[in-house]
Amino acid sequence: MSLRNHPVAAIARRELAGYFATPVAYVFIVIFLILAGVFTFYFGGFYERGQADLQPFFSFHPWLYLFLVPAVSMRLWSEERKSGTIELLLTLPVTMWQAVLGKFLAAWAFIGIALALTFPIWVTVNYLGEPDNGVIFASYIGSFLMAGAFLAIGACLSAATRNQVIAFILTVVVCFVLLLAGFPLVLDTISAIFPQAFVDAVASLSFLTHFVAIAKGVIDLRDLLFFLFTIGFWLYACALVIDLKKAD
Amino acid sequence: MIETNQLTKRYGRFTAVDGVSFRVEPGQVLGFLGPNGAGKSTTMKMIAGFLAPTSGSAKVCGFDVAESPIEARRALGYLPEGAPSYGEMTVLGFLRFIADVRGLDGTRRAARIDDVVGRLQLSGVLHQSIDTLSKGFRRRVGLAQAILHDPAVLILDEPTDGLDPNQKHEVRNLIQSMAKERTIVISTHILEEVNAVCTRAIVIARGKLLADATPAELEARSRYHGAVSLTAPEPAAIKEALSRVEGVSSVEIDPQDGRLTVFPKAGQKIYPRVEALLREQKIEISELQLERGRLDEVFRSITSAAMQERAA
Repeated sequence: MSLRNHPVAAIARRELAGYFATPVAYVFIVIFLILAGVFTFYFGGFYERGQADLQPFFSFHPWLYLFLVPAVSMRLWSEERKSGTIELLLTLPVTMWQAVLGKFLAAWAFIGIALALTFPIWVTVNYLGEPDNGVIFASYIGSFLMAGAFLAIGACLSAATRNQVIAFILTVVVCFVLLLAGFPLVLDTISAIFPQAFVDAVASLSFLTHFVAIAKGVIDLRDLLFFLFTIGFWLYACALVIDLKKAD
Repeated sequence: MIETNQLTKRYGRFTAVDGVSFRVEPGQVLGFLGPNGAGKSTTMKMIAGFLAPTSGSAKVCGFDVAESPIEARRALGYLPEGAPSYGEMTVLGFLRFIADVRGLDGTRRAARIDDVVGRLQLSGVLHQSIDTLSKGFRRRVGLAQAILHDPAVLILDEPTDGLDPNQKHEVRNLIQSMAKERTIVISTHILEEVNAVCTRAIVIARGKLLADATPAELEARSRYHGAVSLTAPEPAAIKEALSRVEGVSSVEIDPQDGRLTVFPKAGQKIYPRVEALLREQKIEISELQLERGRLDEVFRSITSAAMQERAA
């Protein structure tokens, strides 16, 4: 069996093609690019800072993903259940893992495409000055990994309901909590009550902490593993939820 | 070959399928009959590997669906209830996807797609998205998907539901043309379908297997089996004469169309005697027919007993 024919590849390819078969993909990409631009130039003060880096661009990614990633993930499994195709998919000769992974990889690749289309801003900053492209590269990696973690959460919650709106809202809430856990304001409040060890534990669970660490240009294995482990954990939960809920 | 052994599915206290055991051999077309909610679909979902049985087991071509799910699914073609498919895809794109997941490659992939497109007459809609197709075409796409890998075992959940009479006829022909050397299970609540395509029928109600027989055997259980029905200008006038024929237990007149039905006593063949009587007495009749038995009546009597048992 060739790689092209591998069940995971076949499922991912179908899913990704499905995004582009409807206007949804194009609408999403356009909104993503516009918002990324607005945040960077308007709120981030890209020109006013007078520094050749993409820090204002990347610092808004967590908040951008908070609403855009759940919009991608909400239909991932709820749509399959609603239309009954889940019965078709899970009676093909594929394992549950292959189906979960294939669909997730397609959604992740789709976000990756949207992220890659922000390249003009990288060109711009290289035209205007001499940025540290190593840091920019690391930031892209961090941003992509964080998007994957958001997506995995969204995939799991989308498996829990056949209502896409509920899936969207649940995902936003869970992702928001996981982001907040690393927000200085929240950590300061917690540290007033709890010992430092607990504050560190909360901070280490946050996407923000690990993303900021990678975006500084230091790709620490622990930060990479954090995101990969988070993705693995939520996808495992996703498989369990599908197994539990597929009968109704 | 399909084999189930005490297959059971419970949801909490509700038992959807209750200890169903049967075996289907290659060359057989098994019809699953039962009222709505009887457990037909749940049984099929368990054999197809979508739902895990609460207890008991199912085997497809010798592979246990719980222990070797991938091998069992490779041997199986499955049309889920309602023939779901990915609506935004084109028919060709959908079939190619199924071929890829099933590991069909190169010339075999192309040949198999050509074959099912021809069999189900899909060539005119290959590049149309499935969402835009009529119900009949969507059902055919679902069937094409099920037979794409030329499986040894086919499970079709209500393959003709929602089709017009011509399309039903085509689908039945398709099933019959594939029946040789394959094991096929179809579910239906259309009784005429059983006579049209099935070599064997299983009746399920309330999750229990109530009958397992050939369509002819089921018909023989009907009180109409061996009865003679006829249409005469003055039915009331000849009712008396008919009821005196040897071996006749009773004569009924249909209050709506005035058709006479002559019921035999158990094991009696009354058709020649009724015919002889009519000839001797020169009774004018417009039509005379030997009844094979009525499946709907047998179906009702088998399943309603189960319903009453449940209610009690």
